[in-house]
Amino acid sequence: MPEGLQGIVADWSSDQRAFKNVPWGKAMMWIFLLSDTFIFSCFLISYMTVRMSTTDPWPNPSEVFGLTLWGRSVPLLLIAIMTFVLISSSGTMAMAVKFGYEKNRKMTFILLLCTAALGATFVGMQAFEWTKLIFEEGIRPWGNPLGAAQFGAAFFMITGFHGTHVSIGVIFLLITATKVIRGDLDHERPGFMTGRKGKYEIVEIMGLYWHFVDLVWVFIFAVFYLW
Amino acid sequence: MAAHVEGQQHPIGIYLKIWGLLFVLSTASYLVDYFHLQGYLRWFLILAFMLLKAGLIVAVFMHMLWERLAMMYAILVPTLLLMVLLGIGALEADYTFFTRGVFFLKGLL
Repeated sequence: MPEGLQGIVADWSSDQRAFKNVPWGKAMMWIFLLSDTFIFSCFLISYMTVRMSTTDPWPNPSEVFGLTLWGRSVPLLLIAIMTFVLISSSGTMAMAVKFGYEKNRKMTFILLLCTAALGATFVGMQAFEWTKLIFEEGIRPWGNPLGAAQFGAAFFMITGFHGTHVSIGVIFLLITATKVIRGDLDHERPGFMTGRKGKYEIVEIMGLYWHFVDLVWVFIFAVFYLW
Repeated sequence: MAAHVEGQQHPIGIYLKIWGLLFVLSTASYLVDYFHLQGYLRWFLILAFMLLKAGLIVAVFMHMLWERLAMMYAILVPTLLLMVLLGIGALEADYTFFTRGVFFLKGLL
C-alpha cells in the first residue's frame, strides 16, 4: 500500500473502505470520540470565556480543592490523586488490549476489572469532592461565597459531564470483562442486540473510549484546576 | 496485501514506559502548583505538560502512531477547527469584560 500523502489519496479514493486495517467498529468509535472532543471543547472554551469576562475575582482552585492533612493544608491533593488513579487505569486498559489480542482470557479479564475498579475509585473521589464543595464551601451553580458566580456553573458542568463519561465507561468495562471471561470472544458469540460476531477488537474499542476519558481529564486538570 | 492484519500488537514494555512517563509529567504539573509558580512561566509549563501527556495518550495508548495517515488526518485535523472557536471566545470575552468595566465605572460616577 502506498504511504505518505499518496497513501491518503489512494485510501480515500479506493473502493470499499477508506480506513485500511481498521475494523469499522473502531473507525466509528474514533468518529464518536471526535464528536465528543467538540462537546468537551465547547464546555472548556465557554469556561474560558466566562472566566475572562467576569469582573469578580475567580476563586483560587489551588485553595478550594486543597485538603488538610495532619493540620497542614496541601494544595490540590485530592485532584492530584484522582489524576494518578485515572492514568493508572489507562495503563491497565492498554495492557488489557494487548493481552486481549494474544487471546489471554484470564489476564485480559483481570486487567479490565482493575481498570473498572480504578474508574469507580475515581468517581467515588469525585463524589467526595462534590459533597465537600456543596456542603462545606457552599458552592452552587448560580453563585458561591468565594468570588465569581460563574465558578460553580463551569465546575459542575465540566466535571459532571466528565464523571458521567467515567461512570458509563465503568459499566461498559464490566460488560466487556464479562464477555471476555465467559469466552464469548473466543467462540465468536454475537453480542446483545447484534448479529455481529464477538471479537477481541471490542476490547481495543472499549480501550479507545477509556483512554479518551483520561485524555479529557488531562485537559480539565490543566485548564480548570491548575490555571 | 496485508488487508487482514487487524488489531494492534506491541510489546508490553512500551505501555509501562508511557505509563511511567505520564506519572512523571503529572507530578511535574502538580509541582507547578505546589511551588506557586506564577505568570507566563506557570501557563507555559501547564500547557506544555498538558500537550505532552495528551500526545502520549493518543499516540501510544490509543495506537494513533501505528495507524495509516488517512485515519490520523481524518481524526486529528478537524480538531484544529477548535482554534477558531477559541479565538472567537477570547475576542468576545475581552469585549464583554471591557463593556462591563465601562458599565460599572459609570455606576460609580
